[in-house]
Amino acid sequence: MTTTAIGVHTQGHVHRDDYGSKMGMWLFLFTELILFGGMFVIYAVYRFSHQLEFELGAKELDTLVGTINTMVLLTSSLTVAMSITAIQRGNKKLSMLLVGITIALALVFLVNKYFEWSHKFSVGLYPQAPELLSKPQGEILYFGLYFVMTGLHALHVIIGAIVLAVDMRFIQKNIITSTSYVKLEAGALYWHLVDIIWIFLFPLFYLVH
Amino acid sequence: MTDHTTPQAHETHVVGYGQYILIWAGLMALTGATVAFAGLELGRWIIITALTIASIKGFLVLSVFMHLRFEDRTFRLFASVSGLVLLIFIVLTFFDYAFR
Repeated sequence: MTTTAIGVHTQGHVHRDDYGSKMGMWLFLFTELILFGGMFVIYAVYRFSHQLEFELGAKELDTLVGTINTMVLLTSSLTVAMSITAIQRGNKKLSMLLVGITIALALVFLVNKYFEWSHKFSVGLYPQAPELLSKPQGEILYFGLYFVMTGLHALHVIIGAIVLAVDMRFIQKNIITSTSYVKLEAGALYWHLVDIIWIFLFPLFYLVH
Repeated sequence: MTDHTTPQAHETHVVGYGQYILIWAGLMALTGATVAFAGLELGRWIIITALTIASIKGFLVLSVFMHLRFEDRTFRLFASVSGLVLLIFIVLTFFDYAFR
């Protein structure tokens, strides 16, 4: 951090393009949209051809757990959004706390998901389970899609939590500061996308029965 | 690292905590509404109400939580185009299948 003219020229002028970084993150999110979009197409088509079986399948899911998980994710989106305001206002500790709460809520979501899946497994509802295979074709498809789509979503929750943990460390080490916080914004954008995907998965799997 | 390059400073829009909490409350209320609607026997309308509410929720997250409202036009254009592409992708595939 030298103040001489030479110092400014050699190390003071760090190239930074926050606009470009954010644009890159958005472009990446669009590819994620297409990844999940393909599965939503499959869902739409199979739902159309196996409507009754999809409704029976949805009855097997616990709406309460799904609703709780929706509220957990929405709240985690709130806290990560607020963490950006906190760092912009120079409130480092509050920002770290808010990112920490977001990660904790991600873990709550995953624990709920674990119990939900364990229950499904224990009653013989998992891919290739004999009990599931004895059901009509539409229900097999429904549970196939359920496990693939919520599974891929859960994987995104895990990745998002790791990214946010790195962001939290960056805030602590002053790599993310009140004037340079695009890394936190990128992590938050990813987290919001995970939330949006769940906003659509929740009604399509839990509510439509 | 001197601070005379402030690429974020000239376009920064700091969203207050209150506005975020308001949006969060709206999202929670919409979640309650979609669960309540699902409890009624709406038949075929259930998927329409569920998807409409989900779209409103998605819009709220995109515009406020993801700051699209406060970004410049390029971001909004990109997001709209990609959403539209996805919609065409789903609708066209679906119609192809439904009327085959």
